[in-house]
Amino acid sequence: MPKLHELAHCRAGDKGNTSTLSVIAYRAEDYPLLARRVTPAAVAKHLAGIVRGEIRRYELPQLGALQFVCDDALGGGVTTSLALDAHGKTLSSALLEMEIEP
Amino acid sequence: MHTATEAPIARETLRLGGGAGFAGDRLDAPLDLAERGALDYLILECLAERTIALAQLRRRGNPTAGYDARLAERIESLLPILVRRKVRLVGNFGAANPLAAADAIVAIAKRLELPVKVAAVTGDDVLDALDLDAPTMESGLPLSRHAPIVSANAYLGAEAMLPALASGADIVVTGRVADPSLFVAPLMHEYGWAIDDVDRLARGTAVGHLLECAGQLCGGYFAEPGRKDIPGMANLGFPYADVARNGDAVVSKVPGTGGRITRATAIEQLLYEVTDPNGYVTPDVTADFSGVTLTETGVDRVAVRGARGRARPEKLKVSVGYLAGYLGEGEIGYAGTGAVARARLAGEIVRERLAQRFAELRVDVIGSTSLHGRAFDGEERPYEVRLRVAGRARSREEAVIIGDEVEALYTNGPAGGGGARKYVNEQIGIVSTLIDRARVKGAVTIREWGANAEAA
Repeated sequence: MPKLHELAHCRAGDKGNTSTLSVIAYRAEDYPLLARRVTPAAVAKHLAGIVRGEIRRYELPQLGALQFVCDDALGGGVTTSLALDAHGKTLSSALLEMEIEP
Repeated sequence: MHTATEAPIARETLRLGGGAGFAGDRLDAPLDLAERGALDYLILECLAERTIALAQLRRRGNPTAGYDARLAERIESLLPILVRRKVRLVGNFGAANPLAAADAIVAIAKRLELPVKVAAVTGDDVLDALDLDAPTMESGLPLSRHAPIVSANAYLGAEAMLPALASGADIVVTGRVADPSLFVAPLMHEYGWAIDDVDRLARGTAVGHLLECAGQLCGGYFAEPGRKDIPGMANLGFPYADVARNGDAVVSKVPGTGGRITRATAIEQLLYEVTDPNGYVTPDVTADFSGVTLTETGVDRVAVRGARGRARPEKLKVSVGYLAGYLGEGEIGYAGTGAVARARLAGEIVRERLAQRFAELRVDVIGSTSLHGRAFDGEERPYEVRLRVAGRARSREEAVIIGDEVEALYTNGPAGGGGARKYVNEQIGIVSTLIDRARVKGAVTIREWGANAEAA
């Protein structure tokens, strides 16, 4: 099964204990597939054990992009986390490991 | 209405350059941008959440300190170019002490024998006005739960910077200002945008958001070999925007610099750290990016249109810094067959020895579980890994113990451990709260030297 990495690129951002993850289609024609498969529930399942809070999804079809906002995802918050990657910068790579059913 | 192909951006534009994306950003890229970019304004964003709290601690020890630690380097290299090219400089490199920053800039200008007029914007420091019973935005618990508090800075908006720009200052230096507001302020000043002209303010905010991380718009933090190739990254250029009176803009960079600006780099940056694309809140406006279009109009040129705005928030966000103890860390490496098993054994040994003393301890195997825990572990067996143990302590002396225990694995742990390292760092925690605008009073102070000052 193809990975999301083949269809889209992603950048992670941080606000306190919240991680933002964009999913941006390389090709506009793949956006409907991403919108169908990369749901908040699918992301929650994929990032289980990392994201502990609610996941909200915003759709930006004119940009071919989805934006995921993940609460309680950064080990208590950037500034007091014990994690090596306190900002969750590498979560973009984790999300792109998701397998996408064509 | 905004579609992908439409009329060209109006000819009258203002050119804003993004010359720094964080306090530690490169110093060479903004020099080239100022020299060859034909800029009207160069904007430096140098303040991450924790930066200002650390600066406040420096100021406590020395009343003339507390501004950007690299201010002297930045100004000494930039000022001759700014004077020659007639570029105005705007930045939050005042950190916890904009007045001292202004004095330091004037001192540098005197030494370089260059005239300068500096406007320092203050009023963001609200430590004395803080209500300790106010809830934090993160947990809802009162601020008083996060002691001792060392800094509280309200996010000022573009409005607070307008008197500084109206003064004719060559350099406007601020403390905490919302990052996009650093870019919105010159647009409001030059074009006379009203504070309730929400659509134009939203377009300016979109431009500011695209430029505020500098190289991140130009392929920085974007590149991936074979998938998202970016040329010339060792000489990554920094971006500028040509912004029209109505807020429509084109982002680009100086020819001959490395990097690329494409629709894809711009989309990544537009959404970066945005927790609601339909309502990106700054002190100036609530910006709706859901209708933004990004259109490639040439090599390294992307047109930005379509942001809409709603009323700005009633209250201002305040970033509150507190002392959160000390982070102690220790690392040691293992290689070859069984490396992961030996690293795990080492981790178990250290955990057992420290469990009584440290409530919070994190034990990871770098190369396997350090970034995402066990979520994706087990797919590959790396040749080498490093054990990392981290914990928080109340004192520096206590935090040291964590690294010491990891180092002791040399003679007391599994076979073949090498390259032990230990670290202790003070942790500054940050929480946020809200404050009434009426309790935040922006002020502007002028410091100047040279031709203008003598004539005045």
